[in-house]
Amino acid sequence: MTENGLLELMPGVLATRVDDAVGWARKYSLFPYPFVTACCGMEYMSTSCSHYDLDRFGAAFPRFSPRQADLLMVVGTISHKIAPVLRRIYDQMASPKWVVAFGVCTCTGGFYDNYATVQGIDTIVPVDLYIPGCPPRPEAVLQGLMMLQAKIQSQGLEGR
Amino acid sequence: MKDPKALLGVLRDAIGLGVTALSGAGDDAVLSVEQASIRRALEVLKAQGFNVLVDLTCVDYLGYGKDERPAPPSHPYLPQRWASPPKPPHRFKLVYRLLDLDAASGLERGRITVALWVFDERGGPSVRDLWPNADWLEREVWDLFGIGFTGRGDLRRILLYPEFVGHPLRKDYPIDRRQPLIGPKEAPRPEEGGDLRPAP
Amino acid sequence: MKKSFLLNMGPSHPAMHGVIRLVLELDGERVLGAEAEIGYLHRGFEKQAENDVWNNVIPYTDRLNYVSPLLNNVGYCLAVEKLMKLELPERCQVLRTIACELSRITDHLTCVGASAMELGAFTPFLYLMKAREELYFCIDRLTGARVTTSYTRIGGVKADMPPDFPERVVAAFRVLRESVKDTEALLTRNRIFVDRLKGVGVLDKETALAYGVTGPLLRSAGVPYDVRRARPYLVYDRLDFEVPVGTTGDNLDRYLVRLAEIEQSLRIVEQCFDRLPPGPVAVPDAQLLDAGLMADLGKRGKTGHIFDARAGTDPVLEGSGEAEKPLIAADQPDSVLPPKEEVYNSIEGLMRHFEIVMPSRGIVPPPGEAYAAVEGGNGELGFHVVSDGRSRPWRVRVRPPCFFNMAVLHKLLVGSTVADVVATFGSINMIAGELDR
Repeated sequence: MTENGLLELMPGVLATRVDDAVGWARKYSLFPYPFVTACCGMEYMSTSCSHYDLDRFGAAFPRFSPRQADLLMVVGTISHKIAPVLRRIYDQMASPKWVVAFGVCTCTGGFYDNYATVQGIDTIVPVDLYIPGCPPRPEAVLQGLMMLQAKIQSQGLEGR
Repeated sequence: MKDPKALLGVLRDAIGLGVTALSGAGDDAVLSVEQASIRRALEVLKAQGFNVLVDLTCVDYLGYGKDERPAPPSHPYLPQRWASPPKPPHRFKLVYRLLDLDAASGLERGRITVALWVFDERGGPSVRDLWPNADWLEREVWDLFGIGFTGRGDLRRILLYPEFVGHPLRKDYPIDRRQPLIGPKEAPRPEEGGDLRPAP
Repeated sequence: MKKSFLLNMGPSHPAMHGVIRLVLELDGERVLGAEAEIGYLHRGFEKQAENDVWNNVIPYTDRLNYVSPLLNNVGYCLAVEKLMKLELPERCQVLRTIACELSRITDHLTCVGASAMELGAFTPFLYLMKAREELYFCIDRLTGARVTTSYTRIGGVKADMPPDFPERVVAAFRVLRESVKDTEALLTRNRIFVDRLKGVGVLDKETALAYGVTGPLLRSAGVPYDVRRARPYLVYDRLDFEVPVGTTGDNLDRYLVRLAEIEQSLRIVEQCFDRLPPGPVAVPDAQLLDAGLMADLGKRGKTGHIFDARAGTDPVLEGSGEAEKPLIAADQPDSVLPPKEEVYNSIEGLMRHFEIVMPSRGIVPPPGEAYAAVEGGNGELGFHVVSDGRSRPWRVRVRPPCFFNMAVLHKLLVGSTVADVVATFGSINMIAGELDR
């Protein structure tokens, strides 16, 4: 085994561990479900379009059905009215699934410390990646996504 | 340009002393009307040509003008402190903002604001038959302030969920009283030893 | 025997811009009735505004109509300045106008792009988002942030524009005009696009006026009402621009009106650059000292060294010197932060600075109320502010143009098919931040 876990058996055939292979496959074929509510949606649009380009990370195609998606990106403020809907969408997704809290409103509630806003979606769904910012710049989103990819790679076959 | 004094005259003819005062000038003129004559006043204004209801909102004056902290001693370099404003006659004020828009030229022929003071939840008669957008506006006033409108069915919440108790924009509703549908009432604070991860 | 059934669209739905729930009563594919349920993004803006000082409400206004944040900033500040009867210098007004129009362009680009994408045209979306990125770079350079700008302050703007700003914007406009031209080439005479939008979602004048609809929806119905023309504010009465008007009030007219408005906004910004009053003029015999150094010396008590010096501030950072201050803010010592030379050279300036910044003091408008309206991306965006003479607003009411556009939606959908719901909803440009506040 070479140091990055790959062994070339013969030209065109690589051998590696199952965990590494599955992690590699999962991290480069993310199907995001962009649960977009508010202003962070603007930066999500900017990140997925041509200039900052989410496509080169393999996360190009948003899947608008939770049954078909594996990355739930919660983009924008979650109010108490929409919180049960978010929980239901999370429950409908099949494992392995990851949740990204995009924007500080989803991380901690942002500066909306009032009667209407959920103070952090980690009180409702388990979160894998927090991207703070109001809204986060696309560079921050891409960095966060790369950190998530490293996490997915390290999780291996059994997922969470 | 519609002259507010002329409108005051027309309303005085229609409802007499139901219109109590006129303040402001030009586009910012405000006519104060009594609760008993508000419906007739708005019908008269609609007949005068005010075809657009720009806004319908409410202001809660509970505690207005009371200054809890003592005023600082006057000093030439400190910002000017204003004299305490006059106490409002009732607690809630409904504000109807009307516009007379000429559809052919796109120019405004006049604006007028009607203020209605109400002291409890019996707000005023509904005007959704005069201007259909009053339907949603009245539902919003009911939702956030608890001021009801008579003469219409279907007065339900529009911005908040039906399980919400109370009317949040009232001054006696604390801003951080939470009524979550799911999830904890307060996020556990790490410094108190709370765990942020939800229960399995 | 006809039986209708209810179909629920949303609140989390790909074609809904943001979170909204549409309940459609269908007979097969035909829509018999529709009802919109809103409030999924209610964040308590109006309650939050009562909880913080007057200047600190400005970041909350950014997040109202988040595709055109500068319009909300300007609207709120105009309402409070009307209450306080402040006079703004000319350069400040022109800067605000430029900011407003840049925001209006981003609003229309996002609306047209997103609604084209929902009809299956993905390429125009990418072209228009590329154009929007160019504008975001310009807005970033001017205000410091791409999306949530908080550029205005009560009594002025945050800071002056950078010296190379006009050239940057002109270069961005070149890219923008090209992208819009490409998009028009792909869409405007495209048989599929026109067939999907023509005659769908027709809004007639009487219904529009009865529902208080303003903005591109009202103009596409044939009423040439624009707040910038009817009640001019800032420098609009001295600028030359047209108000595009549609004829039938269908979705295609709304698309064409928005594209025409983009071009008019570009014209307005170019005229503003020509009309911009000259920038800060250096005082000839004052020594120029870097502002940070001046601050350090002042804090150490070496005021003798800095007494005759002029602060060299970066024009884009908040905190300007004597030369810039009169250009970007009103001459009102108790409402506007004093220039740095005064703050570090005199006790009065230091006290004024603290008085304005401390949360228990702050700006104190006189008791009363005021209403000011600007032309938002969707129509008349009004702010009604009530003051009780203290440092926090008593009430801030937003008159949201989207609210009225959504209230009329159920009329536009009746009689169309489910596929048309997506097209009509996209052309209304519902922004949940403004609708639900």
